[in-house]
Amino acid sequence: MRTEQIDALVIGGGAAGMSAAATISAADFSTALVEREDELGGVLLQCIHNGFGLHEFKEELTGPEYAERWVRKIEQSEVKTFCGTTVMEMNLLEDGRKECFGYSPQHGVIKFVTRTVVLTMGCRERNRGNVMIPGTRPAGVYTAGLAQRLVNMNGYIPGKEVVIVGSGDIGLIMARRMQWVGSKVHAVVEIQPYPSGLTRNISQCLNDFKIPLYLSHVVSKIYGKERVEAVDITPLKNGVPDHEQTFQIKCDTLLLSVGLIPENELSKQVGIELNPLTNGPTVDSMLMTSIEGVFSAGNVLHVHDLVDFVSAEARLAGENVIDYLKGVKPDRELPIKPGANIRYINPTRINPDVNSEIYMRPLVVSNNARLKIMVNGEVVKQQKKPHVQPSEMIKLKISPKFFKDVELTPDSRVEVTLQDEP
Amino acid sequence: MSPDKNTKEMICIVCPVGCHLQVTTDGEEVKVTGNRCSRGEEYAREEMLSPKRVVTATCRLEDPQHPRLPVKTDAPLPFEQIEELLAEVYSLSVKPPVKVGQVLIEDFAATGVNLVSSRTIQTQ
Ligand SMILES: Cc1cc2nc3c(=O)[nH]c(=O)nc-3n(C[C@H](O)[C@H](O)[C@H](O)COP(=O)(O)OP(=O)(O)OC[C@H]3O[C@@H](n4cnc5c(N)ncnc54)[C@H](O)[C@@H]3O)c2cc1C
Ligand code: SF4
Repeated sequence: MRTEQIDALVIGGGAAGMSAAATISAADFSTALVEREDELGGVLLQCIHNGFGLHEFKEELTGPEYAERWVRKIEQSEVKTFCGTTVMEMNLLEDGRKECFGYSPQHGVIKFVTRTVVLTMGCRERNRGNVMIPGTRPAGVYTAGLAQRLVNMNGYIPGKEVVIVGSGDIGLIMARRMQWVGSKVHAVVEIQPYPSGLTRNISQCLNDFKIPLYLSHVVSKIYGKERVEAVDITPLKNGVPDHEQTFQIKCDTLLLSVGLIPENELSKQVGIELNPLTNGPTVDSMLMTSIEGVFSAGNVLHVHDLVDFVSAEARLAGENVIDYLKGVKPDRELPIKPGANIRYINPTRINPDVNSEIYMRPLVVSNNARLKIMVNGEVVKQQKKPHVQPSEMIKLKISPKFFKDVELTPDSRVEVTLQDEP
Repeated sequence: MSPDKNTKEMICIVCPVGCHLQVTTDGEEVKVTGNRCSRGEEYAREEMLSPKRVVTATCRLEDPQHPRLPVKTDAPLPFEQIEELLAEVYSLSVKPPVKVGQVLIEDFAATGVNLVSSRTIQTQ
């Protein structure tokens, strides 16, 4: 069996993996990047629409273009890349190193013995099982991301008459894509009273084609023996289905865009602690998981909507790996917790002595909000936010200055709250 | 009210606030309300008088590993010409090698807009 002895193993060659690997390798630590598919890029390769890279490259790129810029960086680096290779097992060795096995139809089994691991395996889509729509189980029900892959990479068009469940961005992008390949999208059905995708996508992917968006509605039944034939759509009244108002739409295809969940198989197998708020690993101020030397970034850590944030977060993870390999550790850490109107904050601990970046998701829509950072219940910093909504992640820079006027004890904790100011 | 006067509702997409605009056109004259800043007015005027979009799609690629090649317009294309462009894209077939940014259709319908490849594919 081939064995690779390295400083860092990066598992998953999407936006996160490429950024982390390029960063670590640039500091002259030996780095391997392992990708299950035959080429690097991850989900970017199927996202042929534009809207990527405004932060990283200051221009608007398509997914494949954004991926290609990173692939060039990897090719020009010392990173050893293993495509078509899946990491299925991780063991913790007595000397603190990790032993991982990669399986490849081409190279057979490869054993990686590494000082650190970065998890960048991305996420998977929620499917019908997760949303529980009653009715028959005919063909023609796809997750939106799978449909995107079929259309954009394989050239296979899943259906002609389409209904989309969920107003997440992937579903909206697919609505336009299906229209542009000659299919007809009859409706987008969203259970919440507000759309979960970006306004820009509502405007350009639905309104441009006069596709109706049914807010506070659910798909209550699927009809069809072999293939989907129709769906029932029911409005919600005070949160409960108002069956008298149910109407039917004939269609042959149902696309589900009902959310993403971090890919956790490997994390569970090694016993990494998961954060119930993000469904990804719980990480400290260095983006290190509950297992020493194992780091995480990108969609496997928490689901991102902007690839630029994924690249930035993974770069940070890479820098932390470098610190760790050099033996640099934070002197102290404080727990940071989501307060009012915040769903989660990542990471769950911060180092008050250095500049850091944290990401959080709000629970509310507001066009005039105030973000408050509190230590021991005392406000240390406030920020005005002209616009927040749950589908847009908030990035916040934390500076040591925030803490200069408060007394930090081992019991101190940081809390972030969001207030809507009408 | 003159015969070509009409009112339309739209959402401004220039920034994430997403103001709901009411736009009234009377011939060439465009009146906008609901915008919080002047960029909203500009957006509405453009949307009413000459809406344009960047088009992204895929065309056939003669490569067994990659049957489809992602493509895009290098500038926004007038709305009413999108269908025509798509028809042309779907009848296109590209032989590798192809480079990202390579022009596949030049100056489409004399609009000054090119169709370019979004990916590099080497020959096997
Ligand atoms: C459909 C969709 C549309 C999007 N649209 C936009 C947009 O318009 N604008 C924008 O800025 N952002 C968009 N995003 C967000 C952004 O592009 C993604 O969040 C980002 O690309 C994710 O990068 P990642 O590296 O975390 O995950 P991925 O790209 O999913 O990469 C993970 C990689 O890990 C590999 N892998 C998984 N498990 C293993 C294993 N055990 N061994 C080896 N390899 C493994 C996978 O094959 C995959 O290639 C979109 C996301 C999705 C899903
Ligand atoms: S009008 Fe101005 S503030 Fe309102 S969405 Fe447009 S750009 Fe933003």
